Amino acid sequence: MSGDTLTVSVWRGDGDVGRYQEFEVPRQESQTVLDVVTYIQRHIDPTLSYRFACRVGVCGSCAMTVNGKPRWTCRTHVSKVAGDGRLEVAPLRNLQVIKDLSVDMTDFFDKWARAEGRFQGAQTRDDDFAQVSPDSPKRRRASAGIECIGCGVCYASCDVVAWNQDYLGPAALNRAWTLVNDVRDIADKQRLKAVAGDAGCHACHSQQGCVERCVKHLNPTQSIAGLKRATALAALKGELE
Amino acid sequence: MKAGHRDHPNYWAFVLHRVSGVLLALFLPVHFQVLYLAIKKASAFDGFLAWAEMPMVKLAETVLILLLAAHLTGGLRLLALEFLPWRDGQKTIVALTGGISLVIGLVYLLNAA
Ligand code: SF4
Ligand code: SF4
Ligand code: FES
Repeated sequence: MSGDTLTVSVWRGDGDVGRYQEFEVPRQESQTVLDVVTYIQRHIDPTLSYRFACRVGVCGSCAMTVNGKPRWTCRTHVSKVAGDGRLEVAPLRNLQVIKDLSVDMTDFFDKWARAEGRFQGAQTRDDDFAQVSPDSPKRRRASAGIECIGCGVCYASCDVVAWNQDYLGPAALNRAWTLVNDVRDIADKQRLKAVAGDAGCHACHSQQGCVERCVKHLNPTQSIAGLKRATALAALKGELE
Repeated sequence: MKAGHRDHPNYWAFVLHRVSGVLLALFLPVHFQVLYLAIKKASAFDGFLAWAEMPMVKLAETVLILLLAAHLTGGLRLLALEFLPWRDGQKTIVALTGGISLVIGLVYLLNAA
């Protein structure tokens, strides 16, 4: 921390055209990066666009690139990332910028749909609750990936997404894997087909940028490795036809 | 914008695997050429063997062995990651593959010297 103010460079612009603008923001105790951005908008420049909702790490809407790394800004303390009193805040990589710090998440969530990320059950409200043992291997595998908040941090950390626009990405594939392990779900065949293609799990290079950066400490690479095995097995059995 | 998302051992391992793969592929034609000499042109091959005794060439060979070891251990690491049950400590495994490659390179160099 350097003195009582922070020097903050903030990306300003629409689409790909823009530049960094500098602001001086008073330093406060337990200040988060989101606090800093909010301060700029409320006290210096009301035209600054950014997105947040819950402020407590639940909604997944506040992710930005902070000093070069994708992070959830509401849970990132300034003291942790701006040792020298400087902050650089930019929109997330790999997504179209709408304005300033807000990005268009449409592609990101469309890919969840393309990975068959929707639960499809066979039972109705008249049926009894499904009994799933918490210790069963499938339940444990599903639990390992279930806490995703859809923030897009992993997606912004993945070079394969940058290289192949169609690549489904770590979050959507992680979601697909939790459903493959959901014993109540009946759509596994079409789901495995959906993730087996060129832009699916086999495109992943296991670089583990997603693991490194996931705000919830999930392991999308592990989920994707699970999908690689499941789709390979399904292909051997001729189920992907 | 800085590329902070690449700043971790698994990414470096990925780059090393790519680069070593490309360099080894570039080396292959030379390898075949030497094999051809060994089989067809004994005199030229003897000349080559003498050339290969030079220290700089030995050093270059060591680099080649390093590349091969790095590519091999990296490939085994990826196969294990993708086809065996997941294990934590991936960074340790990356460090191990790097260490094994260095040892192989060193052993080669010591034997060559
Ligand atoms: S492990 Fe796969 S999904 Fe995760 S960042 Fe790397 S390439 Fe992307
Ligand atoms: S997997 Fe992690 S980083 Fe990716 S969207 Fe979900 S919570 Fe965010
Ligand atoms: S504002 Fe909801 S996760 Fe940050």
